[in-house]
Order: sequence, then structure tokens, then C-alpha cells
Amino acid sequence: MRRATDEGGVLMEGVDKSFGALRVLDGVSLHAAAGEVVAVVGPSGCGKSTLLELACGLQAADRGEIRAAPAVLMPQRDSLLPWAGALDNAALPLRLKGQDRTTARAGAHATFEAFGLAGFESSKPHQLSGGMRQRVSFLRTLLAGKPVLCLDEPFGALDALTRQELQAWLAGALTTQPRTVLLVTHDVEEALVLADRVCVLSPRPGSVRATLDVELPRPRSRTDARIVALRERALQELAA
Amino acid sequence: MMPALLVLAFLGVWEAYARSGAVDELILPAPTQIADALSQDRALLWDNLLVTASEVAVGLLAALALGFGLAVALHFSRTARRAVYPLLVASQALPVVVVAPLLLVWLGFGLGPKVVIIALVSFFPIVVTTLDALRGVDDDLRKLLRTMDATRWQAFRFAELPAAAPAALSGAKIAVAVSVIGAVFAEYAGSSSGLGHLILQAIPQLQTARAYAAVALLAALAVSLFYLFTAAERWLNPRPGGPPS
Repeated sequence: MRRATDEGGVLMEGVDKSFGALRVLDGVSLHAAAGEVVAVVGPSGCGKSTLLELACGLQAADRGEIRAAPAVLMPQRDSLLPWAGALDNAALPLRLKGQDRTTARAGAHATFEAFGLAGFESSKPHQLSGGMRQRVSFLRTLLAGKPVLCLDEPFGALDALTRQELQAWLAGALTTQPRTVLLVTHDVEEALVLADRVCVLSPRPGSVRATLDVELPRPRSRTDARIVALRERALQELAA
Repeated sequence: MMPALLVLAFLGVWEAYARSGAVDELILPAPTQIADALSQDRALLWDNLLVTASEVAVGLLAALALGFGLAVALHFSRTARRAVYPLLVASQALPVVVVAPLLLVWLGFGLGPKVVIIALVSFFPIVVTTLDALRGVDDDLRKLLRTMDATRWQAFRFAELPAAAPAALSGAKIAVAVSVIGAVFAEYAGSSSGLGHLILQAIPQLQTARAYAAVALLAALAVSLFYLFTAAERWLNPRPGGPPS
């Protein structure tokens, strides 16, 4: 039913998912070709996180087809290891591949510096700002080396300014390290600035209300007239 | 500063009460008499403190090893958790005075039975705090580890074990006071040295001040161990607020 590699992408067809009597997803279809960023927006509780868990293989669909290349989850809260320094946190997936600590740290270090984290190698998560924690968390996700990244509200806990800064930063990071991305967010603007396509989900049980193609060059400005127009459409679909 | 003032105030009231003649000094000596005993009997007290402190240290280390090992076993096996956990609770209801003579028969009058009794009364809080920490690892972190293809062993090694180690020390902290009481009971049951033994000898000899001096040292031992474990816990997990949420 799933796990047939779709050449680095994700394909979902008519996916249903319930937890007991609670119907969470209802006939969801979604496609992300290799290297595409697809955003999923919807009201809270509409099954966005479940969608990502299905794509990662953490849950099985009740019905429908899922074909996805190996995917790694970046959970909503950063879930950094509180006792480990930032570099050790980022290097965790390399250690899980069997590398010793020195090799893993060395392997993570180049990108660690490129992500603006130099000097914070041994800082514990509680000593880092929210924005920096998300950078470490994203680096950890990247270093898992999976073709598909499932990002669950990566900037949800940040203040508005940091959030915009990190959105621009993520767009840049993805141009140097291109991956297929499923981005769950409740922020329509964030979705339009970052994604090639935006799927608007209905309230629970979630189904796809509309799919908006965002065929605009990057970097994008949230004040661009075309973004503003797409934003209006997406908000109309959400309110419908 | 505040604890020192509180202790001073407490000692002052005690001194006044003991000197007032309301109670025989063989029943309750004044703090100054206890201080005299502490200084006069210092060689005797010190030798016996060393005996009891080493019993407690070895006993608590045994409790840590046993408690941690049991917690890991219970964490990995649901069957063991269902079968053994109630028995662990039951083990805590065992009155030491009843089992101590049996342990003496089995293990003799040396360090052995003391260590067993101290470990027996101390391991349970260690099992509870360790098991809670092992099971309390963030759900999101578990999911993330699975998508990173972590094996069960790796999830233990990288996420559960580092959370459980400071939790075990936290359990040991809770066990410190009861471990000292356990040492006294163990020495009461049969021994030729230690502060418990000293108390047992001092009371019928009407050396009440000496017995109280021994109690003061037992309390100091418990406080020192408590702060030792607190420091070790901080060292393992320097995040303010303790184990990960």
C-alpha cells in the first residue's frame, strides 16, 4: 500500500484515516514531485499532523494509496535532547547511522556553520533562542538524509519577526539542499511564500478543499500582488 | 542563612526546655550536652560514623544498580511490569525488624546483611523515578527517532537512558533518609560497630547525650548524601527544572 518509492516524491490517493470512531482524514489526495515543496494548510484539528505521520509511515491509512520515498519527521515542538549540546543534537541522525561521536560531529559541523550556528556547538537547547532551536532541529532533520522532509508547523511557536526571518532562511536552505517537502502550517502566507503548491484542508474530517499552484519566482514577497490574491483565495476556501 | 537561623532558634527552644527541668536529662539531653558528647567522644563517634557511612554508601550504590536494572527490565517487558511491580510494592511493606535476623543467619554479622537491608529499603523510589523517566520520553521524540530508522536499542541509548540516569539519582535522593534509618535497624539486629550499634549501647548505659550525638551525625550523613546526589543529578542533566519534558 505504501513505501513504493515515487522517485523521491510523495503521492496520496483517496486516503481515509480514523482513530476509533473519530474520522480524521476523508479521501485526501495530494502529490509532491521530487524537489517540490507542498504546503498543507487547514484549521486546527483537521488532521494535518496525521497526514504527515502517514507520509512518514508512522501510521497506516485505513483506505487509499500512499506512495512515498523515505521521509523524516520534524515534529511541531523541536524535541531537541535537553542534555545534549546543539552540535550533538544536530548530529543525532549520523550517530543513528552508526557513526561515532567525533565523526558525526565533524559530519554535521560544515552545515552547522552554514546555518549560522557557529559558536553555539556546545550550547544546550535551553540556552538557545527559539529561532536557533528550530535551525538545529531542521539541520537534524536534513542530516537524516531522507529525500522527503515532513515539517509540522516548524515556525508555529515563534514570534512574528523570527518567523519571517526563518521562513526566508528555510527557503534559502532548501535551494542549497533541495528536498521534497511536506509543510504543515496554519499560516496561509507562510505556505504561499515557501511552497510550490498549497493544499487547503477542510475542518475534520480533513479533505482537500482546493489546491493552489504558486508558480512564482523566489524569493517571494508577502506583499506581491499575486501572493495577496492567492492568499484571499485560500482564506475564502478555508472559510467556506 | 535562613536554615542556620531556623536551626539556631530550634536549638534555643530545645536548650531552654531541657534546662527547665520539665524532662529528665537522661530522656532529653540539652543541645549543649550533646555538643559536649560530640567533642568528648569524637574519636569513638568518628570510627563508628565511618562504619555506618560505608554501609550506607555501599547499600545505596547497590540500590542504584538494582533499582536501575529493574526499571530497565520493567520498561522493556510489559509482562515483567505486570508481574513484578506489585511485588516490588509488597517488598516495601516488609518490616526490616522481621527479616533482619534471617539475613544475619544467611550472611553473618559483617557488611553483607547491612548492605542488603539498606538496598532493600532504598531501591523502590529509584525504580519508580527511573521507570517514569524511561516511559516519559517525549512522544514526538519517539516518532522522530522512528523516522530516522533508530532501532529499539538506539532509542534507549540516545533518548531513554540519558533521561533515566538523572531520574535514578533523584530516586536515590528520596531514598537517602530511609537508607540511614535502614542502617541503624540493620546494626540493631546484630553488629559490633556503627552509629546504630553505638546508640544501642549508649541508651542502657544512660549515655543519652552520646546517643543524640550519634543521631546528629546520622542526620548530617543524610544531608551530605542528599546534596551529593543533587550535584550528580545536575551534572548529568544541567537543564534547570530537572529531567526533560
